[in-house]
Amino acid sequence: MNREKVIFAFFIVLALTLNFGFFLGEIDNPAHHNVFEFFAAIVVSMICTVLKFGDRTHIGALMLATSLVADMQLVVAAIMWGWAVQLSTAGLTPEVMSSVVSLSGGALLANIVSVILLMVETIVVRR
Amino acid sequence: MGDIFYLMLRRLRMPLITLITIYSVATVGFVLIPGQDDQGNVWHMDFFHAIYFVSFMGSTIGFGEIPYAFTSAQRAWTLVSIYGTVIAWLYGIGSLLALLQEPVFGRMLRRRSFANEVGNFNEPFYLICGYGITGGAIVKKLSQRGMRTVVIDINQERIDRLEMDDLPIRVPGLCADASLPEALDDAGLQHSSCVGVLALTNNDNVNLSISIASKLLAPERIVISRTESDVNARNLASFGTDHIVDPFRAYAEYLSLAAHAPYMHLVYDWLVNPYHRPLSAAYKKTTGRWIICGFGRFGKALYKEFNDHDVELVLLDDNPEQLTGFENFVIGLGTEAQTLEQAGVRDAVGIIAGTDNDADNLSIIMTARELNPKLVTVVRQNLNTNKLVYKNSKADFVMEPGHIIANRILAKIKTPLLPVFIDRMQQHDDVWAHTLLNRMSSLASNRELDSWSFTVSEETTPAILEIIDDGMEVKLSKLLKDPRHRKDQLPCFPLMLRRQDELDLLPGELTLLQAGDEILFCGLSEAHSQMEWSVNNYNILYYLLTGEEPSHNVLARILKKI
Repeated sequence: MNREKVIFAFFIVLALTLNFGFFLGEIDNPAHHNVFEFFAAIVVSMICTVLKFGDRTHIGALMLATSLVADMQLVVAAIMWGWAVQLSTAGLTPEVMSSVVSLSGGALLANIVSVILLMVETIVVRR
Repeated sequence: MGDIFYLMLRRLRMPLITLITIYSVATVGFVLIPGQDDQGNVWHMDFFHAIYFVSFMGSTIGFGEIPYAFTSAQRAWTLVSIYGTVIAWLYGIGSLLALLQEPVFGRMLRRRSFANEVGNFNEPFYLICGYGITGGAIVKKLSQRGMRTVVIDINQERIDRLEMDDLPIRVPGLCADASLPEALDDAGLQHSSCVGVLALTNNDNVNLSISIASKLLAPERIVISRTESDVNARNLASFGTDHIVDPFRAYAEYLSLAAHAPYMHLVYDWLVNPYHRPLSAAYKKTTGRWIICGFGRFGKALYKEFNDHDVELVLLDDNPEQLTGFENFVIGLGTEAQTLEQAGVRDAVGIIAGTDNDADNLSIIMTARELNPKLVTVVRQNLNTNKLVYKNSKADFVMEPGHIIANRILAKIKTPLLPVFIDRMQQHDDVWAHTLLNRMSSLASNRELDSWSFTVSEETTPAILEIIDDGMEVKLSKLLKDPRHRKDQLPCFPLMLRRQDELDLLPGELTLLQAGDEILFCGLSEAHSQMEWSVNNYNILYYLLTGEEPSHNVLARILKKI
């Protein structure tokens, strides 16, 4: 067993599960989407990105790309949420909430691809 | 750039993860810890404010407690977070600085910028492997002529020296093993502007691998290689190395010329060496018996050269095995008077101290000179650090193969016609050489004698061709006039003219020039730059031929008609 692999896989899968947990629920209902879970999803996603730095293989490059996509989607969602709560006079409307959740849904897809790539790598490089 | 970027990312992985973790823990802490607003109600900081606060706290700017004054619990958490985030930052910046200072990283950066610089060259350049005495002299001379060069050496000290040497144009240098094709490639081996590769390291195997790599990657490119063994020289020749120089043999040829044709030797010396020997050097008697002390590689090369010219030789070596099969030898080192007497030093004309020990060599010539003050002394210098002692040894020749090779190679690169001339002139006798030498001496006396050549063609001498097209004749003598005042002579004269495959040594000055002629001149270098004017500028050449300034503009023509 390789400790490094455990940590690597742990974070990648955690990013997916957190993202999925946040995404679950009615799309425009703020009560179904926990802000802490969202924060955790962003942090774990960033850690994943850093973990993928420096791998020069082709599959490593793909994984880094998926992570960057997830980061981008989540950060945009966070900015929207922050803007709605702090700056907008209308507050957190269902429209804003649904776009935040749908952006996180996009990140979810990227995370799924990332996990698939991880699985592919594990299966191909059988050690 | 990729290598450096990846290295940086890999090294910064841990610090970045630490930074993210500590920041997120601090942020979550502020969101969870209840605070109070200005009315005393319980208030929870949201993520927006928490991230805002942690961001400026982390960099210890400190804008105060916002949006409301903190409770004790929040202050306690701030205290913990400040130390946490500061440590995370220090760790991150520390790692980055450590990475930047690492020698490996610095080397990669330098290598990258070197390869980029060479890659951006758009003028012809020579790749020189080995920046020793030979390489240094060649780089210096070429850059004075405005030729670009690129240097590789395995020794960082030499590359540092390259940077400190005061060269007129920038010469990029790389510290790397030149036997690795990768290093050669970075230095521009495959670059389309690279016109020649010079393998001048002191390791025969490295020179061999450089030559092979160059011949494989670019078969048309000139390769000049230095070698010290015959086996290697044959090997180099087998795959078409253009020019192979053996320091021992080169020096042996040089000395042997001095022994059997002193004036010819001086002509050679004047044309090839920047610091040539004075004219008086030839008056010493040099034909007769020569004594060679030390019969190693150098001794054998000398023996071969001298024997070809029927010079009487006495060989000296303290190792009898070296001398088996040769006649006329004495066993001994030559440092003591007795062995030298035995070798007949009193009526010999020259002695060559060619052992591989500098102290022995100096001792030999000093003892020999005491026995026979008229002796021509040649001494081999092995270590560059002994330069000072050798300079004051008053020997007639100090053998430093480095400079000899450098001059030979330079003659080949600068003026390809010069080696042809030197080769051909040896068919003439010493009297011919004496006349030529007197002519050179009246021109240059003790200044540096330069040599240059040009081909009469559209590219190199447009003015001559235009004049010929106009129906005028260009005599060789006209080119020797000063373009500023045509009654004056430039300090130079033609050495050779090559028309098709015919060689004409010291051509008559009334020779008419034709397209395709190649002319070799020698003289002072200022004459070279003046001559460049006459062969390139139609108006100047017209003035030289006719004495009047041609007028080509409309106004001048109209005025003429009136």
